[in-house]
Amino acid sequence: MEEREVLLEVQGLTKHFVVDRSFFGRPTSVLKAVDDVSFKIYKGEALGLVGESGCGKSTIGKMLVNLYTPTSGKIFYNGVELTSLNKKQRRQYCKDIQLIFQDPYSSLNPRMTIGDIIAEPLIVNKVVPKSEVENRVNYLLNCVGLANHQRNRYAHEFSGGQRQRVGIARALAVNPKLIVCDEPVSALDVSIQAQVLNLLDDLKDEFGLTYLFIAHGLNVVKHISDRVGVMYLGKIMEIAEKNELYQNPMNPYTRALLSAIPSVDVENKTERIILEGDVPTPINPPAGCRFCSRCFMKTEGCDKYESILKDQGNGHLVACKLYDND
Amino acid sequence: MAKKKVVLAEGAESEVIIEKPESRLKSMWDALKKNKAALFGMFVIIFLIIIAIIGPYITPYDPYKNSMAEANQTPSAAHWFGTDTLGRDIFSRVIVGTRISLFVGIAAVAFSLVLGTIFGSIAGYFGGKIDAFIMRIMDIMLSIPSILLAVTLMAALGKGLDKAIIAIGVVSIPEYARIIRSSILSVKENDYVAAAKVLGNSDGRIIFHHILPNVLSSIVVRATLGISTAILDTAALGFLGLGVQPPIAEWGDMLGRVRSMVLVYPHMLIFPGLAITLAVLAFNLFGDGLRDALNPKSRS
Repeated sequence: MEEREVLLEVQGLTKHFVVDRSFFGRPTSVLKAVDDVSFKIYKGEALGLVGESGCGKSTIGKMLVNLYTPTSGKIFYNGVELTSLNKKQRRQYCKDIQLIFQDPYSSLNPRMTIGDIIAEPLIVNKVVPKSEVENRVNYLLNCVGLANHQRNRYAHEFSGGQRQRVGIARALAVNPKLIVCDEPVSALDVSIQAQVLNLLDDLKDEFGLTYLFIAHGLNVVKHISDRVGVMYLGKIMEIAEKNELYQNPMNPYTRALLSAIPSVDVENKTERIILEGDVPTPINPPAGCRFCSRCFMKTEGCDKYESILKDQGNGHLVACKLYDND
Repeated sequence: MAKKKVVLAEGAESEVIIEKPESRLKSMWDALKKNKAALFGMFVIIFLIIIAIIGPYITPYDPYKNSMAEANQTPSAAHWFGTDTLGRDIFSRVIVGTRISLFVGIAAVAFSLVLGTIFGSIAGYFGGKIDAFIMRIMDIMLSIPSILLAVTLMAALGKGLDKAIIAIGVVSIPEYARIIRSSILSVKENDYVAAAKVLGNSDGRIIFHHILPNVLSSIVVRATLGISTAILDTAALGFLGLGVQPPIAEWGDMLGRVRSMVLVYPHMLIFPGLAITLAVLAFNLFGDGLRDALNPKSRS
């Protein structure tokens, strides 16, 4: 595999939420939302991140944009370690990493016109001189497929898809390098989903963006990602090139996920792997491999020994005891 | 609709139709106009303000002239609202009292609204220790009977109308702080607040541009009702010999001084009481309409 420029690297990223404290303020119950996660995002790619609800994928996104402070771990952006910066220095990098929200209804201020919503980051971050703001807003509106005569309308006058476009334009306003898309289409109709996904794809080339694309289904991610990471209970189980992952899934959890994608191909019906039981609570995850309580290929020792991500060739990283040779 | 040249991309220009940006004030006024009750409230407020300004020059009698021969008269053609126990014309006193009562009501509410909003915003937005600290102080203030607290404050500040306003204002700070805080707690969970943070807005800008405009509606109605409480509290302070001193005409004071005679001479209470009710009703209707007019959703 050719060497590519790493835009963002995450090392041992961990986020624990304290659920309960003792009378003296000592944490007695801790939710491990993200537990020791490491990955790289290369410049210009779209890294998909999938997993079921509550597996910590959105938490990772929020840590990257500084909405959450990591409990431990490092985030390197262009070689600069972000978590050790103070508030003021950190804010400079805010512009470079932006977030597109899942819910287009709560992500736009109901008291502001969409023109003002898009203009605000331009003014606050002094992206363009004041006289240029209006033109820039029009340009951004056009970029996301909205007509600029709509700029004086309020968010509630738009449909979900249009609102999401406004959210995208707002994120683009500060000329970001990396955009964290936190399930940007899961709140939309299926017909609109495709439109927004195509828009994101086009914008990626036009603005030279890099995406961390968070979704809870592999089918959405397949469309837009170059590489895909699969998360389960706060851990990355497998991460690989898109085609490699879809054709040659290694981790049992990935296989189960892939088999759950509905297929219209009658000839090659894939056998569906149905997992038993529920996802364990991240407050008290199973010992050993996180997935061992539901794994259909569980072997002896899975519940004692936790496998770490290992390269199986071609940048295909898997964390599973089945592929541990030593 | 107006055609306008717009730069679409580097170097490219095109003519597009821009919807005429309707000024926000105008669209608010349009919404307010449709609300007849709010319009009524607004006209009453304007009327009261005019009375407050020209009041002393249009009274039929001297509001401070005692005339024991004419004491305790019921309403008549000569004295529209009757006379009080000292024979002073109640109609004249109500008119003259407008200035002080209106001023006290608005000033005290403004005072507690501003401070309550500041404390409530800080507590609700930042949370944690600051929140606990501010809200415990508010709880302590709430636990002391309000009139006692006001009297204590007056004792520290000294006599006078301005001090009475501060005392009454301070007493109702916790109430506003609580309302603001609880609204902020729910509003700040919205994604647009998170988006504002991600986009590099300062905390102050987030509070003033993104949170407070969405919290206002909860406080507007409460504030308009607070005006009546403030007027009556001033009366209570005056009754204790603090605040407004007799013989100065003030609605609350006029009510308080004759309250034992409600069964004998009801007219002495009815007319200043009506004046207070009218002022409160007007502010309430206007505030209600203003809240709707400020909300773009209910405007369209």
